[in-house]
Amino acid sequence: MGSPSISDALTVTTDEPTAHRNTIKQARQDVLFRRTTQLFAVLVLILLGAIVVSLAMGAAPAFHKFGLQFVVNTQWNPVTEQFGGFVPIFGTLATSAVALLIAIPLSFGIALFLTELCPTSLRTPLGIVIELLAAIPSIIYGMWGLFVFAPLFAEYVQPSLQSTLGTVPLLGSLFQGPPTGIGILTAGIILAFMVIPFIAAVMRDVFEIVPAILKESAYALGSTTWEVVWDVVLPYTKAGVVGGVMLGLGRALGETMAVTFVIGNSYDLSMSLFSPGNSIASSLANEFAEAHSEMHTSALIALGLLLFVITLIVLAAAKLLLLRVARREGERT
Amino acid sequence: MRNRLVQALLTLAAWSASSAGLAAEITGAGATFPYPIYAKWADAYKAQTGVGMNYQSIGSGGGIKQIKARTVDFGASDMPLTPEELNKEGLLQFPAIVGGVVPVVNLEGVAPGQLRLTGRVLADIFLGNIKNWNDPALAALNPDIKLPASAITVVRRADGSGTTFVFTDYLSQVSSEWKSRVGEGTSVSWPVGVGGKGNEGVAAYVQRIKGSIGYIEYAYAKKNKMGHTQMQNRAGRVVQPDDESFAAAAANARWDKAPGFYELLTDQPGVNSWPMTGASFILVHKAPSDAAKATAVLAFFDWAFKNGGGMASELDYVAMPAGVVKLIEDAWRTQIKSASGAAVWNR
Repeated sequence: MGSPSISDALTVTTDEPTAHRNTIKQARQDVLFRRTTQLFAVLVLILLGAIVVSLAMGAAPAFHKFGLQFVVNTQWNPVTEQFGGFVPIFGTLATSAVALLIAIPLSFGIALFLTELCPTSLRTPLGIVIELLAAIPSIIYGMWGLFVFAPLFAEYVQPSLQSTLGTVPLLGSLFQGPPTGIGILTAGIILAFMVIPFIAAVMRDVFEIVPAILKESAYALGSTTWEVVWDVVLPYTKAGVVGGVMLGLGRALGETMAVTFVIGNSYDLSMSLFSPGNSIASSLANEFAEAHSEMHTSALIALGLLLFVITLIVLAAAKLLLLRVARREGERT
Repeated sequence: MRNRLVQALLTLAAWSASSAGLAAEITGAGATFPYPIYAKWADAYKAQTGVGMNYQSIGSGGGIKQIKARTVDFGASDMPLTPEELNKEGLLQFPAIVGGVVPVVNLEGVAPGQLRLTGRVLADIFLGNIKNWNDPALAALNPDIKLPASAITVVRRADGSGTTFVFTDYLSQVSSEWKSRVGEGTSVSWPVGVGGKGNEGVAAYVQRIKGSIGYIEYAYAKKNKMGHTQMQNRAGRVVQPDDESFAAAAANARWDKAPGFYELLTDQPGVNSWPMTGASFILVHKAPSDAAKATAVLAFFDWAFKNGGGMASELDYVAMPAGVVKLIEDAWRTQIKSASGAAVWNR
């Protein structure tokens, strides 16, 4: 198979018509290649469109019956076929918020340590360990959360949280109810463990690409390590950092199995982070296979569509934030 | 050379097609509750006849959907379909096995089978009316047990389930408040509690949360040595869950008077009846597209009815009594017809 192409290459320099033919052939191949890759790209768009259309079609009966009330209604009753998605929507957002609240500072610390403070010999092994965390299947996190973390959390952490933060006037309402170890807070913490490797890995990678000359200049001017990281590294890498956080948030919003294990799967609305709740993804995982009536199925698909919309809004908001930051760039200096 | 290869391939294809026809594999899907016994029957049946039975325990709802779509040879559901629904879809329904649902508790110092409950008290706990273990209603039923002053954590299914159907159907019969506020179904709007996915999810929560109460299928509770309770039945007697009390409840059922075998075994009379007993049902098409497959399905259940009783009681299920089997097979004979109008079952 190799020999013809070599002879082709040899004849290019000597034979004018063959060379011309080769150029045409190559141009054709270029077009073909471009079209093929274009097709792949368009295929993704078509798939996305098809998913949105089928979600919208499946959700139509529920939205037709409940209207926009579906988003704010807290009732979820398969017997009377009254469905409202507020509790799972709230649960999805609340668990993700708790997860990010814990994961962002921790990941920042990890990335900071790995890039600026860590002895070089430890850098690679530690980095690999953190990346390995991302490879653990989510069901393992869920089982670990339920069998190991939740009992310890209920026994030691929740009672002490209740006796300290629980007595603070406004904040205290977040920590009421029996300490069962299961609920929104536990789900948020497990999610934090799951998204830390993503956010930390991205942060570390972008911190590493900051040109040494920038950091060295800052050090030369007498900056501390903290000032270098906060005033030089972070502004230089903010797009990447926000990207990493969004990657983590995307995973947290859509995480199913781990959350299902520890969130408690309850449609009661409560202010307390200790009380069981529900997320969109775990509602779907629990109920889809056994949804008898058409309205129940439709309401679940409507929840899926809403999750899609929430993710879209989050991504769009992140993009807008970055754009605004970029536009202000010139003003400050 | 090439011709010979093609010929060989064709022969191979023809041979595999004919052998597939001989050792037909029947497929079913549905309820998780009877899965252990169906799987056991399938193994024994395959060893004896060479015919395999592939059962996917995807849940009753999934089983109903799949048999309606004709993607499986039979569906299985813990919740019987009403005669109207059966007629609409052209389906025949028959009970295949009986089992029980039991409350399970996690209370220190309380042994399995020690705590006594009534249906009314159970309903009040799951409604959130009884919040603590030292509630007077519980104390009156259990004078010999020192119940703690701790809060009750209710654990129930998060996914739709036939087990939930049996449980909520029973509570609807014994508590008017339950009936009006919650109702019955494979999934309901629970007033209180946390939800576990599957019997194993509920079992995991109950085992880990102190002072919790849940409900699971009996074989599951027994296997995991969980603290099941006694129940007061309709006759006022307090009974333990076991295959005898399930059989006592099943013996009351008037299958001959129930069109489409639509019969629930909850809250049955009789001094020994376990109040939360339920049958699991099989669904087949009355006009099967493949008559031979339909016969194979019926032959499997015929074999199971006649030879599967021992295996059933090993796993704490109750096999259908002979009288009911006769009724079921009569229904097969008269109601399932192939395209030509001939009876699919004529043994």
